Amino acid sequence: MEHYHMNLTLKVWRQKNSQAKGNFDTYQVKNISSEMSFLEMFDVLNEQLIVEGKEPIAFDHDCREGICGMCSMYINGQAHGPWQQNTTCQLHMRAFKDGDTIVVEPWRSQAFPVVKDLVVDRSSFDRIIQAGGYISVNTGNAVDANAIPIDKKDADDAFMAAACIGCGACVATCKNGSAMLFVGAKVSQLSLLPQGQPERANRVLNMVAQMDKEGFGNCTNTYACEAECPKGISIANIARLNSEYIKAGLSSEEK
Amino acid sequence: MTLNAKIPPGEMNKKWSDYKGHVKLVNPANKRKLEVIIVGTGLAGASAAASLGELGYKVKAFCFQDSPRRAHSIAAQGGINAAKNYQNDGDSVFRLFYDTVKGGDYRAREANVHRLAEVSTSIIDQCVAQGVPFAREYGGLLSNRSFGGTQVQRTFYAAGQTGQQLLLGAYSALERQVALGNVKMYSRHEMLEVVKIDGKARGIIAKDLITGKLERHFGHAVLLCSGGYGNVFYLSTNAMGSNVTAAWKAHKKGAHFANPCFTQIHPTCIPVSGDHQSKLTLMSESLRNDGRIWVPKQKGDNRKPNDIPEEERDYYLERRYPAFGNLVPRDVASRAAKERCDEGYGVGTTKMAVYLDFKDSIMRYGRTEAGKTGMENTDDATIYALGKKVVEEKYGNLFEMYEKITGENPYEMPMRIYPAVHYTMGGLWVDYELQTSVPGLYALGEANFSDHGANRLGASALMQGLADGYFVIPYTLGNYLADEIRTSSISTDHQAFVEAEKEVADRLNKLINIKGKQTVESFHKRLGKIIWDKCGMARNEQGLKQALEELKQLKAEFWSDVRIPGDINEFNPELDKAGRVADFIELGKLMCIDALDRNESCGGHFREESQTEDGEAKRDDENYAYVAAWELKGEDYWELHKEPLTFEIVKPTQRSYK
Repeated sequence: MEHYHMNLTLKVWRQKNSQAKGNFDTYQVKNISSEMSFLEMFDVLNEQLIVEGKEPIAFDHDCREGICGMCSMYINGQAHGPWQQNTTCQLHMRAFKDGDTIVVEPWRSQAFPVVKDLVVDRSSFDRIIQAGGYISVNTGNAVDANAIPIDKKDADDAFMAAACIGCGACVATCKNGSAMLFVGAKVSQLSLLPQGQPERANRVLNMVAQMDKEGFGNCTNTYACEAECPKGISIANIARLNSEYIKAGLSSEEK
Repeated sequence: MTLNAKIPPGEMNKKWSDYKGHVKLVNPANKRKLEVIIVGTGLAGASAAASLGELGYKVKAFCFQDSPRRAHSIAAQGGINAAKNYQNDGDSVFRLFYDTVKGGDYRAREANVHRLAEVSTSIIDQCVAQGVPFAREYGGLLSNRSFGGTQVQRTFYAAGQTGQQLLLGAYSALERQVALGNVKMYSRHEMLEVVKIDGKARGIIAKDLITGKLERHFGHAVLLCSGGYGNVFYLSTNAMGSNVTAAWKAHKKGAHFANPCFTQIHPTCIPVSGDHQSKLTLMSESLRNDGRIWVPKQKGDNRKPNDIPEEERDYYLERRYPAFGNLVPRDVASRAAKERCDEGYGVGTTKMAVYLDFKDSIMRYGRTEAGKTGMENTDDATIYALGKKVVEEKYGNLFEMYEKITGENPYEMPMRIYPAVHYTMGGLWVDYELQTSVPGLYALGEANFSDHGANRLGASALMQGLADGYFVIPYTLGNYLADEIRTSSISTDHQAFVEAEKEVADRLNKLINIKGKQTVESFHKRLGKIIWDKCGMARNEQGLKQALEELKQLKAEFWSDVRIPGDINEFNPELDKAGRVADFIELGKLMCIDALDRNESCGGHFREESQTEDGEAKRDDENYAYVAAWELKGEDYWELHKEPLTFEIVKPTQRSYK
């Protein structure tokens, strides 16, 4: 792999706090290696700002290996930037070339208020999980793990859905600010598994109710969420969410 | 002060059940009046918070991330061990216990390790019941794979995302308790002080990281589940926020710090590419199941790996350790890689890397697949394609991760890997009940020192975190809290809270008012280099003494010249980082002191002065079969307490994987 260096112009959203009105500021960074990650390029910029006596740009990040779901930048109009199935922390600078201008914004959604600069508040996702994203089993109540054989395909599909990292790219990307990919993934995982059956109907009803309460929009099948999801969570999970929701609605009426 | 590990009497395999049978209990009505503070929400913290909430305690849980689901346990890749013996390959609780004590190079406490092996099977049951989607075979039963330092297949996994799936299981159990009102969750909060009243831990001072405001929280007991301190090296596989601060504050309040020099360097990580590097990424140990590690036989061989013929490759682990081959424990594999690179056989542009090659296993799987479908005399390309599919299913996400970072396709070219800091076996000293030397203050998971000795075996960190949280602390904490039922909640207006908060505020003020010239990051990098060079994969007396001098200078410079932008009362990640780096500098000193004191090699601690003729670590059981528990006596001054280690069952021998 050939390495190269580049000079870039960055237009970055700055916002002092949740009440403040934000704006774009422009910065120049020089001699950026193509081997750097996108966040390492931000490290360089922040070090530069601190040395100049300016305030560094606040952004969320933690594991820097694409699994914690904390990083959350909207880069040149795309959640997590130009690469497919990739988080911002795993985006590397070889995706850009010398002289490029890069525009960086926070997630923008009613349900994700900006905390500062590029940092947003995603606690609404936690509250959706609290509404039912679990199997009610207290510690110590489990039977032997192999007492419940699970069809390999169901297990694999459940795993694929469970791979969601809760970053919120789906919401940020959706023109309606819908969280249905996130909710659909969790509902799918648990309804595909035998352990999830007892609470299946209530789970989907409660999680959807919480989702609506948090101010997330509805799905209008643009498929943008699937395209931008860093973990390749399939839109089939939204279809499953809808079908689970309808079935649960019917069965709860019967009761 | 003498250390009392409180190991229950009786035979090794009955200690834990006897303990559980006789431990004090707290009745449900009293549990509702008892408050427990939990710092950290990784596997240990989330499982403890969920389990204690279920029992009816009033729990407050804290994490510095924006959600408990992001704790760094989430990044664990390869798997979790359990003595299920589902493979019928001779595994048992005893084997897991034995392998762990031996793998830890006889520096772990036998009773704790035995308990860990005993509860390991319940962990898998619990996680499956929660809906954790472990890998399964076509018959619908659970699948296993092997990890280093063992000869059985006891590792359960979910592709290369086992930690993620286990943490999300514990996280969902935690959120369920939040919904039920049993746990109150404080995200984006960092614990900055332990509050002690009459010698007991009674609460914490935490900082709301969004507003910068300090908060006082009372608890009848405080549980630290705050992870390890690998980031003292600056570059490690830890998350950027992983830190020692919670544990260090506890240490400063009287909790002994045990075996700080026992750090794990993981053999298979993506090599450093340049000065800009902010963290290192692990390539799971599970890859050593199928990958073969090699370097060219010829020094400075600059040919592309695929152009180097088979007979000119040195599969040095298979050569040196025929019995375990590529599956030797991590410390052994790391040192062997360093040895080859130091001798000039390294590969890649920096020459600080070795190859991890999957070609053989891709072909092997391919032939099996071809055999299944009765395809005979198939060409190599077809076999390769079939095998590639199998490898993709097993390790796909890891291969993708490698390609994203390096821009190279590991299906076509061997991976380049090199050892990197990954885990810390040392941590807060705890007794059998996981209580530190401060009454009412507990440490769980990687934050304590107890189970892995001088080297942790792969897939055992997840096991220990969940064992501590789900199955140990619910019993042992009750034994302490049973005597606390008459203690009503103490007001946070108590003098001890006022003073603790003032101490924290003073320190933050001091930090932000230094207004020097050098950034926090630059200090952290310098610290990392000192520790990596002199207290890393190999240590010697001269280097360690030099490191102590350099650290003294670094600390002085930090406190006089660090530059922290912004204010205290706002979201200020640089200020938070500064506090963590300041603690890391102090910890670094203790690590070097500990490494200097332990004039033997054991596990990950390799003192160059103490090695066998063929370069293996040489233990000195006569003089060093103890846990080094350090008590802080004054600024940068420690007293050593030794907890002797006795081995009733697993008799120490020179560890051999040949």
